[in-house]
Amino acid sequence: MLKIDGLKVNYGGIEAVKGISFEVPDRSIVTLIGANGAGKSTTLRSIVGLVRPAAGNIQLEGEELTGLPTDRIVSKGITLVPEGRRVFPDLTVLENLKIGAYLRNDSLDDDINWVYELFPRLKERSWQAAGTLSGGEQQMLAVGRALMSRPKIMMMDEPSLGLAPIVVRGIFDIIREINRQGVTILLVEQNANMALKIADLGYVLETGRITMSDTGAALLANEKVKEAYLGKGG
Amino acid sequence: MIEKKSKAGTAAALIGILVLLLGVVLLENLGAFIPNLPPILLPTSQLFIVLKKGAVYSLVAVSMNLLNGFTGLFSLGQAGFMLLGAYTYAILMLPTANRPTVYYLYGGSAINFSLPELFGGGMFGLILGTIVVFILAGCVAAFVAWLIGLPVLRLKSDYLAIATLGFAEILRAIFQWDKLGPITNGANMIGSIPIYSSFNITDASGKVIVRLTTFIPFLTAIICITMIVLLINSSYGRAFKAIREDEIAAEAMGINLAKHKMLAFCTSAFFAGVGGALFAMYVGNAQAKVYTSAMTYEILLIVVIGGIGSITGSCLATFLYVACSEWWLRFLDSPLVLSSGFKVPLLRNGFRMVVFSIVIMIVVLFFRKGIMGNRELPDLFKKKKKGGVAK
Repeated sequence: MLKIDGLKVNYGGIEAVKGISFEVPDRSIVTLIGANGAGKSTTLRSIVGLVRPAAGNIQLEGEELTGLPTDRIVSKGITLVPEGRRVFPDLTVLENLKIGAYLRNDSLDDDINWVYELFPRLKERSWQAAGTLSGGEQQMLAVGRALMSRPKIMMMDEPSLGLAPIVVRGIFDIIREINRQGVTILLVEQNANMALKIADLGYVLETGRITMSDTGAALLANEKVKEAYLGKGG
Repeated sequence: MIEKKSKAGTAAALIGILVLLLGVVLLENLGAFIPNLPPILLPTSQLFIVLKKGAVYSLVAVSMNLLNGFTGLFSLGQAGFMLLGAYTYAILMLPTANRPTVYYLYGGSAINFSLPELFGGGMFGLILGTIVVFILAGCVAAFVAWLIGLPVLRLKSDYLAIATLGFAEILRAIFQWDKLGPITNGANMIGSIPIYSSFNITDASGKVIVRLTTFIPFLTAIICITMIVLLINSSYGRAFKAIREDEIAAEAMGINLAKHKMLAFCTSAFFAGVGGALFAMYVGNAQAKVYTSAMTYEILLIVVIGGIGSITGSCLATFLYVACSEWWLRFLDSPLVLSSGFKVPLLRNGFRMVVFSIVIMIVVLFFRKGIMGNRELPDLFKKKKKGGVAK
């Protein structure tokens, strides 16, 4: 569905992504794992057009996205849940959701109800300023906001960042549920254990290059991955 | 029920506006019903000066709030856009008969038509001309804002403020340029233009039947502010707020930053231009040296006092500010000798501004977020919304 080919991105004067290629099949959960500075976030940001790639192609269902402005890319069905949640703190939960659907002109009621079904907590807090939500609730809101654009692919940048383990589990359950309902997920995580458990496919990114790729379960069992990312190695 | 479009709220706002407008007309025409008015209600009293100036300033303050408060673009070009509006108004509305005297230094005006006359003169021509010139004043300001915005809107926060401030000063200098004298009358004022009292309904002998001098600025300001409120409540308004809160997240949501910033900038300039035209009517002339950066600061102060991101806050603060600076503290400027012969110390010309500055400092210290914060007036009467706080 989403095809990345030879992507190179320069970021802050260095080559953060050094020519990576990978594919995200339709309705799958794909994860990119890797250490700090491996280029995971940069990859996501360049897919959605926030950063211009220096080389390479990005295609969604065969359609070229490389170099398009972000609003065009979002309207084609790719959305990003940014790292650190980045909800709009002074706006209400409902307003945040509506901004997620900014590029749509049709009625939002169904989608708002859908998001409220996924996250009943958000419904309770509908009129509250997003900045007053807890970290987990803000992450729910960030996901809900992204879903409001009715994406084909939802890309998530470190959804577990700064959240308690039990909250993280909740978020990952929801991610799986969203995926079951037909949204393709591209997940970037440092919490490799959680990410690989739900992933159909995983890619390991090291300093701007993909060094390993396999199914989530296989990577989870891989000794090297265990050693480097799961903290279980000898 | 997800959408909470309350028809009742809209109706209440409409009724409020109508009551306000009727109240203004009634207030300035009280003389027709009551023979011996107290001095404060006479048409020449400070009250009406405050109301008129307040109406003009509240429009400009709200236009500035749209940009600084709702979109988060810290711009200081408001006086420059007002200048454009004021000159557009003066140049196009100055009766042709007055042009030789006003432009005598330059041997007459380069523009020899006047909108009211173009539209057939009389009251009808004046009204039509004024409507057209208000729109033109806004468009001129918005167009210049667009030109300025192309390079400047790439800048952030303080840098944007400095750049817009600089452009406002450049505009002022250009309008005082001698070479442009036949159009702008150089550094001299363009006076003898139609003012608010030109709209009074008079009988054949010139006696005022219905006074509309305060009504006109109120009507214009209210129409414009309503348009700004509608914009803010639209999805564009939400996009503006999103940009204010987090540019990167807004961009990731598919909001085109450049386009929306430009839209906010031009809209703000448009209404500042209309405000400038209203201001020219208020003072009865257009003169570049009036529209200094000090004027922008005055408006910025109003916006801050009222609450950044609050329309009603801006309006309330404008009237408080104008009343304070023009009226309530006036007595501080005149020496006062008590009957016992004791001369009250400190009261002398200029002391008003000292007290005024202290008042402002107190307000800013104790109301950090302005008198309204980012709430609106109706919010104060509302309980927390249903389902707002759970557990």
